[in-house]
Amino acid sequence: MTQKTRNWLLLAPAGAWFLVMLVIPLSVVFIFSFGERAPSGGVVPAFTFEQYANLPARWAAFKNTMTLAPIGTFSALLIAYPLAYFLAVKVKPEWKTILLVLVIVPFWTSILIRSYAWIFLLGGRGIPTLLEWVGIEGVRLINTPFAVLVGIIYGYLPLMVFPIYVSLDKLDKRLLEASSDLGAKPWRTFLQITLPLSIPGIATGCMLVFILLMGEYLIPALLGGGKVFFVGNALVDLFLQSRNWAYGSALAMTLVVVMLIIVTIYMWIISRLGAGRKDVSIM
Amino acid sequence: MRLYAIVVYLFLYIPIGIIALFSFNAGRHASELQGFSIKWYGKALSNPFVMDALETSLIVAFTSALCASVFGTMAAVALQGIKGPLRTIFDMMIYIAVMIPGIVIGIATLIGLVTVFDQLNPLIASIWPNGFEPPKFRMGIGSLIAAHTMFLMALVVIIIRARLAGMDRALTEASSDLYASPMGTFIQVTLPMIFPAILAGFLLSFTFSFDDFIIAFFVAGSETTLPIYVFSSIRRGVTPEINAIGTMVLVISLLLLITAQLLLQRGGKKNK
Repeated sequence: MTQKTRNWLLLAPAGAWFLVMLVIPLSVVFIFSFGERAPSGGVVPAFTFEQYANLPARWAAFKNTMTLAPIGTFSALLIAYPLAYFLAVKVKPEWKTILLVLVIVPFWTSILIRSYAWIFLLGGRGIPTLLEWVGIEGVRLINTPFAVLVGIIYGYLPLMVFPIYVSLDKLDKRLLEASSDLGAKPWRTFLQITLPLSIPGIATGCMLVFILLMGEYLIPALLGGGKVFFVGNALVDLFLQSRNWAYGSALAMTLVVVMLIIVTIYMWIISRLGAGRKDVSIM
Repeated sequence: MRLYAIVVYLFLYIPIGIIALFSFNAGRHASELQGFSIKWYGKALSNPFVMDALETSLIVAFTSALCASVFGTMAAVALQGIKGPLRTIFDMMIYIAVMIPGIVIGIATLIGLVTVFDQLNPLIASIWPNGFEPPKFRMGIGSLIAAHTMFLMALVVIIIRARLAGMDRALTEASSDLYASPMGTFIQVTLPMIFPAILAGFLLSFTFSFDDFIIAFFVAGSETTLPIYVFSSIRRGVTPEINAIGTMVLVISLLLLITAQLLLQRGGKKNK
């Protein structure tokens, strides 16, 4: 058996799987997005842009997603950066691994259960009751944009910390010493050395969180109580409740295209910065 | 600075801790602590709906993690020695599988498979011998395993490749210089070195599949996995039973994940 035959045989199962479960399904979504809705709930083959022309009907979902996703990403960044800095620069090496694992692990556990925890905390008998004890009454937290924002930050903070940590950990600590030896104040060292050198990590973290947020369904469904509605919620409604597959496909395609545009812009910025690091991954 | 870190860690772990705390609550109301009890665990574990959902989840998680680890490792090893268009195509598919939101994977799998099945089922029925019930494809445990395997395979390839890239080439070269067959080199040199990564990939895949809600929500057909059960119960209200189930799910995932992380971190150091 030649090397080439062997490689082909090794790749065959994965290749076939990707073809049947990824390429064909995504092509069907693409084709259906130009179709028309059948009376029975399926799709009549057609070539029309009618579904795309109707997208403004779901404008509210896009608006919510495009407001709360950037706000959530930015808030997560503000909270994550000092922690990543602490882990990379201040913590003793023997503690690093365990502290880092403790940050990453929640991200891989059930987002469903973790969002549920906040229903519990923000609900009527949780934090609002505590606030009543200190004299603040009538605060409603659950089913508000604020609750969704808290859920977003809680859910995606670990994903933001990790890439920033990686970029700060690589930073040559002698640069910081040199800077302070030359008389720079700490905040100046930070603004002129630490921050610029950690931009690739910041960009990666923001992009990862933002992309995942754009497809989010669970957090708004559980903490927004049907009032704070994301594109993901619109998609669930279109495919599982009103069974409008053609329109849903157009919405899903739009989501993917918007995401691809954002990723492309990100790649462009990173390459312009001249620091295209490939080794910043979520693991 | 240290105080800030402590606050963030508390923020990450207090909500989980509170669920665990209330799962041991003796009272029937979810929000008032009334003494210690494990009765909600007993109640959850004797609920036939919970046990059915748990069984489905375990079958799906085990099968898809196993398929993903085997096929993903095979692909990662083959991709190491390949350049050109085939490599580019695989890189693209892995990239797409990981980047596309879970909800779009769920939707695509649902309408893709339903469309294919609608064509396939009458065809099979027409060529099937008269008098026998023809097999019928439908959404269910099989489609769920297939969808999870696809996504997890991409994840395993990424993990194994990172390990292969960190491996010292000289070792495999030495092995073939000493007349080991390619198969012999793989079994005696490569496999022992990437084994921790394969195991970590399996554990991560298992956890991901076990915890996945959004893909299963679209693809599971009439089957109920544990996250689907929990989701529909939450909509009916917060109960101590859900706290108990949630705590069990979290503890199982945490144990698997910490093992996987330690395998990856330790293996990574040894190779340097």
